[in-house]
Amino acid sequence: MSVLVVVECDGGEVKKSSLEVASYGSQVAQLLGTTATAVAVGEATEANLAKLGEQGITKVLYDAEPRLKDFVNGAYTKLIATAAQKEDSKVIVLANSNIGASVGSRLSVRLQASLATNVVELPKTDGGSFLVKRGAFSGKAFADVKLEGERKIIAVKKNSIEALHEAGKTAQVEGFSAQLTDADFADAPKQVVMQDQAGGILLPEADKVVSGGRGMKGPENWSLIEDLAKAIGAATACSKPVSDVDWRPHHEHVGQTGITVSPNLYIACGISGAIQHLAGVNSSKVIVVINKDPEAPFFKAADYGIVGDVFDVLPKLTQAVKELS
Amino acid sequence: MKFLVCISNVPDTTTKIAFTPDNKEFNKAGVQFVINPWDEYALTRAIELKEAQGGGTVTVLNVGEADTEPNIRKALAIGADDAIRVNAFPKDAFFVAQQIANVAKEGAYDVILMGKESIDYNGFQVHGMVGELLGIPTVAPAMKLDMSGNTATLEREIEGGKEIVQVNTPFVASCQQPMCEPRIPNMRGIMTARTKPLKVVEPIGDAPRTAVAEYALPPKKQGVKLIPAENAGELIKLLRNEAKVI
Ligand SMILES: Cc1cc2nc3c(=O)[nH]c(=O)nc-3n(C[C@H](O)[C@H](O)[C@H](O)COP(=O)(O)OP(=O)(O)OC[C@H]3O[C@@H](n4cnc5c(N)ncnc54)[C@H](O)[C@@H]3O)c2cc1C
Repeated sequence: MSVLVVVECDGGEVKKSSLEVASYGSQVAQLLGTTATAVAVGEATEANLAKLGEQGITKVLYDAEPRLKDFVNGAYTKLIATAAQKEDSKVIVLANSNIGASVGSRLSVRLQASLATNVVELPKTDGGSFLVKRGAFSGKAFADVKLEGERKIIAVKKNSIEALHEAGKTAQVEGFSAQLTDADFADAPKQVVMQDQAGGILLPEADKVVSGGRGMKGPENWSLIEDLAKAIGAATACSKPVSDVDWRPHHEHVGQTGITVSPNLYIACGISGAIQHLAGVNSSKVIVVINKDPEAPFFKAADYGIVGDVFDVLPKLTQAVKELS
Repeated sequence: MKFLVCISNVPDTTTKIAFTPDNKEFNKAGVQFVINPWDEYALTRAIELKEAQGGGTVTVLNVGEADTEPNIRKALAIGADDAIRVNAFPKDAFFVAQQIANVAKEGAYDVILMGKESIDYNGFQVHGMVGELLGIPTVAPAMKLDMSGNTATLEREIEGGKEIVQVNTPFVASCQQPMCEPRIPNMRGIMTARTKPLKVVEPIGDAPRTAVAEYALPPKKQGVKLIPAENAGELIKLLRNEAKVI
């Protein structure tokens, strides 16, 4: 009986969110007095998988079937279900990502498991019950959820668990075949199109985000956002009206109807802080707001604020970062 | 082609969230409920596809008690043909998925659409559960959906990009922006919605697998620390030395 952790890999590397998930899984294993095994999906190298030992993983199962490089719901579901059966796993942990949620929800039916998504803390297991804390009401609240039954699946929200780093520890990487057939790849993507990400940082995974709203006045001013983002190593984002009028692409829109982010630092420039925008960003650890209106609602949610004109303030911030290094 | 669109009834997006004194339930007092914003994408796209095909039906489905009927009528006013309400409080995602799968099986629907997730529970689970219960493909979250005969071409969001996926009917998709521009009901729609059929059925299926033990509000922020615009650079020092985030 080991805890099974699903790690997503991309271009040979384990994704940052999966390092968090691996850390979560190995801590759950410790709580239950067992070990944590990972099953890798996507394109991985053996060396990077072995490094999952640093997150407390003992063993990694890897199916080298080349068609697993891109996400295929049917194939991933079968692969993980097979690994769970092989390991007799009662607890499966995955990322609350588009892949994790797609596979996790199918797996929960296939394995007759209870499922909690959007989980932000390690479980409480006192008195035989199994409670997890999850975000609810678009980040405006939390719920402690009791997972019933023998099998449980937990999808961990990004940036909510600190990744462990026990330098030098390695996991044993084991070849594994889930005996996938052509039928399992029936829903394989016909084409995968990657978007340009500012500085190569994926918004949903980003540790820092610089975001602009209608106060930026037009797309021609976005270099101010990009310059600061580049200087501090952040991804860029925007409010909904900005993407609605195509100043920025839709995949940068954060909020209730956009992407939910929970970085360590969120810098909002010329954004009013409407409740629907806050819903997607209010679990950020530190929020900085720059707005010329001192009454902007965003200041109520902020840790640091500057009442001022973004066109004046942003270059000063970028300059100050450059002076630091 | 028969479309089934699942809608949930959620607190209006501007609602200040509060719970009952024992923190066990959401406090509905004075709260306006709306169709889940993500579900509006699913509903509008189904109606658009039906119109483009010049035939077929759009059925809306809600798992909920009688108080959800105003929003079911609103979906009919937007352009759905008929509606089914499974008469039960939606206890958890698995319970809801079972009800949807039962209705879908019974009615032999070709396309089952829903929103990416509900803005109250934020589960992002029901799509996959329904697909697995019915043994059909799921595409989630979908940003684009086109149909040609029985084949659908979808754009599915992945972290950092998108996938173009083709599936044959029947299938399930969970929808998000920018799939379409959600429609609002017009006067004629509101008038005709009153006479459209709304069937109420009783739930079947197993017990829920999860239960909320308690809700909590996030801890209050300390209050904002303001830095004068003239000394904007000071902020960067605070972010490094005090907040330790850069
Ligand atoms: C169902 C629903 C879902 C929604 N989902 C989302 C969502 O997911 N994400 C989202 O963002 N919104 C969402 N919205 C929209 C939301 O309600 C707000 O309309 C939106 O967030 C406002 O964007 P904004 O702050 O950029 O623009 P505005 O409200 O126009 O605010 C612009 C701000 O910029 C400031 N400003 C102007 N010029 C300057 C300057 N030179 N320097 C400094 N500050 C300046 C102004 O003081 C103002 O506060 C949703 C709405 C609904 C109804």
